[in-house]
Amino acid sequence: MIRKLFNNGKNQTTFALGAVFLAVICNIILATQGINNSFVVSLAFLLLVSSLYRLNSSSVATWARVFGVVSVIFGVLPWIGLSRLDYLDVATQIALFATLAMGLNLVVGMVGLLDLGFIAFFAVGAYTWAILGSSQLSEIWIGFAGLPGWSFFLVLPCAAALAGGVGVLLGLPVLRVKGDYLALVTLGFGEVIRVLLNNLDKPINLTGGPRGIPSIHQPFAELATTVAQWSGIENYRLQALAYYLLTVLIAFAAAWVFNRISRSPIGWAWEAIREDEIAAQAMGIPRIRMKLLAFALGASVSGMMGVVFAAKQTFISPDSFDFNQSIGILAMVVLGGVGSLRGVVLGAAVMVILNVQVLKGFSSTLAALKASGASFMGSSFTNWPPELEPSKYERLLFGLLVWWMMIYRPEGLLPAKRPIFIRDDNHVA
Amino acid sequence: MRLKASFIAVMFGVLSTTAATIALSAPQVLKIVTHSPLSGAQSTTGETIKFGTQLAVDDFGKILEPYNAKLVLQAEDDQSNPTVGVANANRLIGDASVIGIIGHFNSGVAMATTEVYAKANLVMISPANTNPKITERASTSKIANRVCGRDDVQGPAAQSFMSSHLKAKKIYVINDKTAYGSGLAQEFEKASRKAGVQVLLSTGVDEKETDFSSILNRAVIEKPDVIFFGGIYSQGGLLLKQMRQKHIESVLLGGDGLDSAELQTIAGAANIRNVYFTSVAMPLNQLPKAKSFIETYKTKFKKSPDGFAVASYDAAHALILATAESLKAKKGQAVDRADIAANVRKVNFEGLTGTIAFDNKGDIKAARYVVIEAGATPAQNKTAAVITK
Amino acid sequence: METSIGWQLLPMTLADGLSLGVMYAIIALGYTLVYGVLGLINFAHSEVFMVGGIVGVELLIYVLTPTSLHPLIQLALALLGAGFAAAAVAWGVERYAYYPLRSRPGSGSLAPLITGIGVSLVLMDTVRLFESFFGHFERPFPSIAWFEETYAVSEHLILSYKSLVIWGLGGGFLALVHGLVNRTRWGLALRAVAQDTHAAMLLGIESRKMVVLAFVLGGFLAGMGGVLYALQFGKINAFSGFVPGIKAFTAAVLGGIGSIPGAVLGGILLGLIEMLAGTYLPLLTDGAIGSEYKDIVTFLLLILVLLCRPTGLLGKPKAEKV
Repeated sequence: MIRKLFNNGKNQTTFALGAVFLAVICNIILATQGINNSFVVSLAFLLLVSSLYRLNSSSVATWARVFGVVSVIFGVLPWIGLSRLDYLDVATQIALFATLAMGLNLVVGMVGLLDLGFIAFFAVGAYTWAILGSSQLSEIWIGFAGLPGWSFFLVLPCAAALAGGVGVLLGLPVLRVKGDYLALVTLGFGEVIRVLLNNLDKPINLTGGPRGIPSIHQPFAELATTVAQWSGIENYRLQALAYYLLTVLIAFAAAWVFNRISRSPIGWAWEAIREDEIAAQAMGIPRIRMKLLAFALGASVSGMMGVVFAAKQTFISPDSFDFNQSIGILAMVVLGGVGSLRGVVLGAAVMVILNVQVLKGFSSTLAALKASGASFMGSSFTNWPPELEPSKYERLLFGLLVWWMMIYRPEGLLPAKRPIFIRDDNHVA
Repeated sequence: MRLKASFIAVMFGVLSTTAATIALSAPQVLKIVTHSPLSGAQSTTGETIKFGTQLAVDDFGKILEPYNAKLVLQAEDDQSNPTVGVANANRLIGDASVIGIIGHFNSGVAMATTEVYAKANLVMISPANTNPKITERASTSKIANRVCGRDDVQGPAAQSFMSSHLKAKKIYVINDKTAYGSGLAQEFEKASRKAGVQVLLSTGVDEKETDFSSILNRAVIEKPDVIFFGGIYSQGGLLLKQMRQKHIESVLLGGDGLDSAELQTIAGAANIRNVYFTSVAMPLNQLPKAKSFIETYKTKFKKSPDGFAVASYDAAHALILATAESLKAKKGQAVDRADIAANVRKVNFEGLTGTIAFDNKGDIKAARYVVIEAGATPAQNKTAAVITK
Repeated sequence: METSIGWQLLPMTLADGLSLGVMYAIIALGYTLVYGVLGLINFAHSEVFMVGGIVGVELLIYVLTPTSLHPLIQLALALLGAGFAAAAVAWGVERYAYYPLRSRPGSGSLAPLITGIGVSLVLMDTVRLFESFFGHFERPFPSIAWFEETYAVSEHLILSYKSLVIWGLGGGFLALVHGLVNRTRWGLALRAVAQDTHAAMLLGIESRKMVVLAFVLGGFLAGMGGVLYALQFGKINAFSGFVPGIKAFTAAVLGGIGSIPGAVLGGILLGLIEMLAGTYLPLLTDGAIGSEYKDIVTFLLLILVLLCRPTGLLGKPKAEKV
């Protein structure tokens, strides 16, 4: 019945817009009523994201798609976010990780090179701003109090170029090895960067070592102060909003660039290399140069996000750049659909919401049940042993979900339209 | 189209739950939040922070009852990861019923999250973060407090004990390359070099390392008087075990990170010889007020409490007293976080570990450090020296 | 003075490096066996290792040390128990995580990798939760005095019985696997599947059975490796698998993944390099660079080796079909 109801394009559009509208209303009610049941909140948030994707499905009119996406991302979310910083933070994280996932997707999905140390480029960007934009260097360079906040916008492209350069430097020797050997070399590279960051507090204190770099300058501090006086909204809320808008803008820019490139001759060359490297070479595609380009592009985008991350966190330490983070980004790519731009963005959204909202919400809901003395099947929650604390299951649940999703949809949530084959000579059918 | 149908179902679910949640109007519930690692390798310690706070909520929650407030504990998991911690923090500051944070375990996480708490004047009292910078930054100066010591006091205290009691001449300094361990070891090494002690080796080992033989083979030959370990009991116990297996009889000296019942479990009772660590608190068995605490803790959580549990108990106690003062002045109106944060600095009471009072930076006003000699069982730990500042 | 200390340290450093290397080799075999037949990096292998270690240590603590058996027999029984438990887990991982993926077309080679990571998380936290029900987290290897007795070869080479046992057992396992793969019909079938799956199937070899065999054999070895790990370093916990797992994977690639002698060579080399770097970095730089840089040395060496020999030390370069 539902099928009949929504079968033609016009109704599809109406339905999709209606879905977004309902989701928005739902979120606004939750946000403005000050409801803190984070499980409900996270479900509502998930609903909002999925309704956007519903809207983005192919049979919906373009005007509706643009209208829905723009009004939610630049209208509704900032508006809710000013009163609910957690909303804004989740949205910022989604945009940030979506950009990283898109960068990695370029390397893994487009060119077919498995990179297990992708977070290293993110770290390069983050530490660039952290070192320059704080008083970290004052021990070596007496009197250096760090670049002022506005120079953030100068450092942003520089860090992107630096990370891209590191990508090329790494790529030059590394791209000679193939397949799983490449995976290991990139893993090693990621570890080397992390260990270096962790150890370069001795003999000279460059990175602060495990203690990290605190009090990183904020690019939007002055702007936010001015606007705060004029609008009466607290300074820190405005800053959070500024970071949100900045990350979303970078994410959109990256998506646009990647989308264009993948449809250009460069993109075709990448696909040719992915499908059959030797044939590609025979056709005159400059193999190494093409691979390096992918490495550099992916690296520079994540370097840029690193700068934003350092500024937003105001404190960074090597903990944020370990192997698990590389794996996390790879999981976003694979979960969303290798090679599919929309897929990896969805993958990032799902992983972030799962990690910081749904699982947290699940455990705090159960904890509230326990505190309220409710009972389930005759046994009171209050009497549960501490080992059954729901908050201890978060990672377990996460693992189970990833496992289950991969078996249910191994090609990802939104698979790429053209099939992706990563060459695998010894595959048992 | 199945997708569409399930989509509608989910939407209905959310809407109805929303309505249900709005309909329920509960009495004013206030939340103390513990923010520590509850999953992953450091979850054992993270959990004792939660347990200690839970007991404080049970014992002192009634202080807030006259102001028509019911106190509950909400445990958050920061996974020892600053990014996760910041995401949680952003959620917590949006929850008006949260009165304060007890945590973190990792200084690296606390450095990041306090910047977020500070935006909303949400007070944090840490039972474990010894990094000096936690209370030294202007941006977080109003809300960051701790009931534990600082590396730059603890390190020199350990050194003065080493020089006066152990008469050590040549030493090894090892740290675990975490914010805590490297900070402590650095301060200790600085003080030792100043005192003219010969530092034969100063090195880090990764916090996940389990093999110390490259360091210990050297110690077999060089025979240092003292091996100082800046790190946590899980590695410290292992270091001790491997030392004794290689027949190295040097003294093992460390900071409050070694203060755990697990130290004895990992190292094996027979290997506990000449092991000392510094702490702001006396050994639990020597604290008269802690007796009932230990018993309740054991019956409730089936484990022995460690130093972090006691510190968390005192930290939560301080937070509850400060909140009560704030509610009293405001006659039970909505929570004023800035006021609570200001009141935390004014508390002065006898906690389990001694007098709990904070200076204007948020550091505890403890005038002394205790050096504890580890016994074959945690109950046999005894005070070796008391170092006054 | 410094140089003399350096020379004095060398024998013990090599001995400890060998113990570490044997451990890496045993785990690396599991990676290599599975990679050989499936071309798949089994990310959950490090957790199979951990489960084995935990089971072995629990057996020793609760069942074996109270008996008056000889320490060696106690250890042997613990190894067997751990081996079987780990093999069962490895079988389960293959059956419920990788097999359903393989039977679906179009999953590529990345989906199994992510599944493996998911399984890893599940195994780690399941073990941790299980242990926490008994109030346990760190599981110390019980103190058995016999293992700590020493035999002085020379003034600067004092071997504990523990290291001798690890070398002996490790060498035995590796020889056993070598024999199994090269001298038996099962081994022949395994090698046939590794070389060409389809041709092997045409010859009537059930490739699925061989895949299971690779998992179970690798799991059995890893489980025993877990007990040896706990014996050597003194404790094990639910998160102990990760670091040795990454190192053993590195060793497998260093030696040439898919090659059984390569895994052994890679493991032992890696153990020696790591120990040498850990000992001599602080000594030679006079403390400016500490032991914490040893992983950098390890990985840089690995990258260098792969640049000179892109398929590892003993890996055969594959002729690329056009």
